Amino acid sequence: MEKLLNQLKAHYPLTDVIEQRPDLAFITIPRDRALDLVDHLKRHHGFTHLVILTAVDWIEDGKFQLTYLLNNPATMDDVGVRVMIDREGASMESIHHLWITAATYQRELKEMFGIDFPGSPRVDTPFILEGWKDLPPYRRDFDTKAYSERTFFPRPGRTTSDPATHMREKMYPTKGGGDNV
Amino acid sequence: MSNDLYNKTKYTLPDGQEVEIDPIREYFCEDRPEVVEPNRNIVERFFNWARAESLFILGFGTGCGAIEMRPLMTPRFDAYRFGIQWRPTPRQANLFIISGYLSVKTLKRVIRSYEQMQAPKFVIGLGSCTINGGMYWDSYNTINRLDHYLPVDVYVAGCMPRPEALLAGFEELKKRIKAGKGEGANIYARDFDWYKANQKQVITDWDMPDYNW
Repeated sequence: MEKLLNQLKAHYPLTDVIEQRPDLAFITIPRDRALDLVDHLKRHHGFTHLVILTAVDWIEDGKFQLTYLLNNPATMDDVGVRVMIDREGASMESIHHLWITAATYQRELKEMFGIDFPGSPRVDTPFILEGWKDLPPYRRDFDTKAYSERTFFPRPGRTTSDPATHMREKMYPTKGGGDNV
Repeated sequence: MSNDLYNKTKYTLPDGQEVEIDPIREYFCEDRPEVVEPNRNIVERFFNWARAESLFILGFGTGCGAIEMRPLMTPRFDAYRFGIQWRPTPRQANLFIISGYLSVKTLKRVIRSYEQMQAPKFVIGLGSCTINGGMYWDSYNTINRLDHYLPVDVYVAGCMPRPEALLAGFEELKKRIKAGKGEGANIYARDFDWYKANQKQVITDWDMPDYNW
């Protein structure tokens, strides 16, 4: 793994390298070289298995973080290639020509995060949410509780006990009015 | 109708004749369900006894609760001794168990399956999710109250309820049916517009007939 990372550092502008375990590393790379790197890892370093393609919403930075987690079945090494893409009009090049299974991940990302992958097969077909008209639900500015209360006829009478409040009430019971903690 | 399958289409027959087929009319029925007034005589009471003692469950596991039905088929709990068995098609079933959380996508299939079942038909809501959403109460994709979409006869609370609780639910349902209270199909027919409005509020891409047997 060490040798591989040094090789990659020499050839690619890696901005961040995290060696989480001896057999697991995460590398961050600018967007324009990302798919080049994924292709290179598949062709020349035996990372032939796409484990997952997923996204994280960094709403404060205005970015989505895509992670291409690749596995080398011969050495059992995993490499996560991370790319930061703009949140506004989020779009990324498709990798379905490398792994046809990626089309399903990309379809899900389109639906759940609103990240477009032009040219990916059936990317606009609904995956789970049929007829969804709201914000993509995995975006952090989507309020799932408010949506549920607006849409799904909540049954009245449900109470929630916040553990901190519950324990405070139990250990230091208040006697009518005023918070005497 | 977003699905082309349900739109009117022109076909050319082998002899050159052109026909227009409207699948909604050709393959489905447009009639609304009708209320069948139950008799209160002794024959109907005998029928209700017979219905209660032969519950045919539609084998459609909608959520995680379906796993609780599997032990019921095995020798340990053996629901068959109570006259309960599972059928592969809605046409042969009269009991629909909504087993756990119900996503909007599944709800659409559930409605279709329920409407294809023959009356009299009964619904059991299994697990807390069918009552008030359970642990998925604030999810964007699962419904909260099953009784807004289908007439529910018996709820079995718990997350998950044990098979024993489900057997107790069956006993409760049998009592209801024998008492002549298993009128879910008639309630559905009577409040058809209300149920349809609720269903269509949730299922935004409604691409099927309003009622289909």
